[in-house]
Amino acid sequence: MTIDGELVVFIICGGLTVIGALGMVLSRKAVHSALFIAMVMINLAILYVANSAPFLGMVQIIVYTGAVMMLFLFVLMVVGVDSSDSLIETIRGQRLFGILFGVALAVLLAGGIGTALTDKGDVGLDAANEEFGGNVEGIANLIFSDYLFAFQATAALLITAGLGAVILTHREAWKPKVTQKELSVARFMVGAGHPGNKPNPGVYARHNAVNTPAILPDGSLALDSVPEPVRSRDDSLIIDHRVVSTVVELVEGEDQN
Amino acid sequence: MDPVYYIYLATVLFSIGAVGVLVRRNAIIVFMSVELMLNAANLVFVAFARMNGNLDGQTVAFFVMVVAAAEVVVGLAIIVQVFRTRQSASIDEPNLLKY
Repeated sequence: MTIDGELVVFIICGGLTVIGALGMVLSRKAVHSALFIAMVMINLAILYVANSAPFLGMVQIIVYTGAVMMLFLFVLMVVGVDSSDSLIETIRGQRLFGILFGVALAVLLAGGIGTALTDKGDVGLDAANEEFGGNVEGIANLIFSDYLFAFQATAALLITAGLGAVILTHREAWKPKVTQKELSVARFMVGAGHPGNKPNPGVYARHNAVNTPAILPDGSLALDSVPEPVRSRDDSLIIDHRVVSTVVELVEGEDQN
Repeated sequence: MDPVYYIYLATVLFSIGAVGVLVRRNAIIVFMSVELMLNAANLVFVAFARMNGNLDGQTVAFFVMVVAAAEVVVGLAIIVQVFRTRQSASIDEPNLLKY
């Protein structure tokens, strides 16, 4: 086997593609999966260009990493980033059988198609590209002649998909809209909590980040002052114990006076 | 370089995608695995186009991309809608039609 430039590209990009695909399946968090699959898409685009398909490579980057992955990330943020997978198997042995199935499928496909195609030759696309003056022109010629009907059907499909997404995510308003007056009344109801603004997070000489809870006049911490997403993480609060003890000492001193 | 290596790479990617669909529970990751399988099929189309010296394969891959984009739009809309009613993106959650 001779080493040519394409083989180097194939080994690097193909390896990164497989690593990305494995990372996508194996990572616990959905955001990591999304980033891994973006890596797969970009490397596949490079492989398309190496396969003398520059147009498809560009479309791959624009459509997949540009549009589709942004849509995926957007929905991930809507659905909740922290919704990680449960590790409990609903069907016993499903994971093992799934992996066995995957390995068997890979062996079967690679064996079957591979043996049928080895030494089939490599005609190359130079002649086909030359015919109309380039890759883009050649594809355009096919789309607007042989595949014209499919192209038109594609237009209908895209419009239907867009409409379908709008209809699927549309929500009828079952309740009348809450007005500002009603909101204000509810705010001052008994049991509705503190009617004013929540306290700001603490600002001190050494910590002024948003994860520093404010200290109330009696030395206790106002956990309300830290935003909920920050508070829900276990190790995120920074509490300056020296400031707390100083406040407590001052309060006690005032009590004694 | 023999273009059959691209076919081998595509079969590996397709199998990883299939395992992802079977094993993962998060609907969005299952969806990404489907995308991976579609991309593997596209790689096969592109490699075949080059092996046969014929641009038809690239044209078909282009159409696959369009259909995949439409599929993503509708699928993610369904996931968002299921999440709104069930507060979960797990594919085990929607079981109303069971029994």
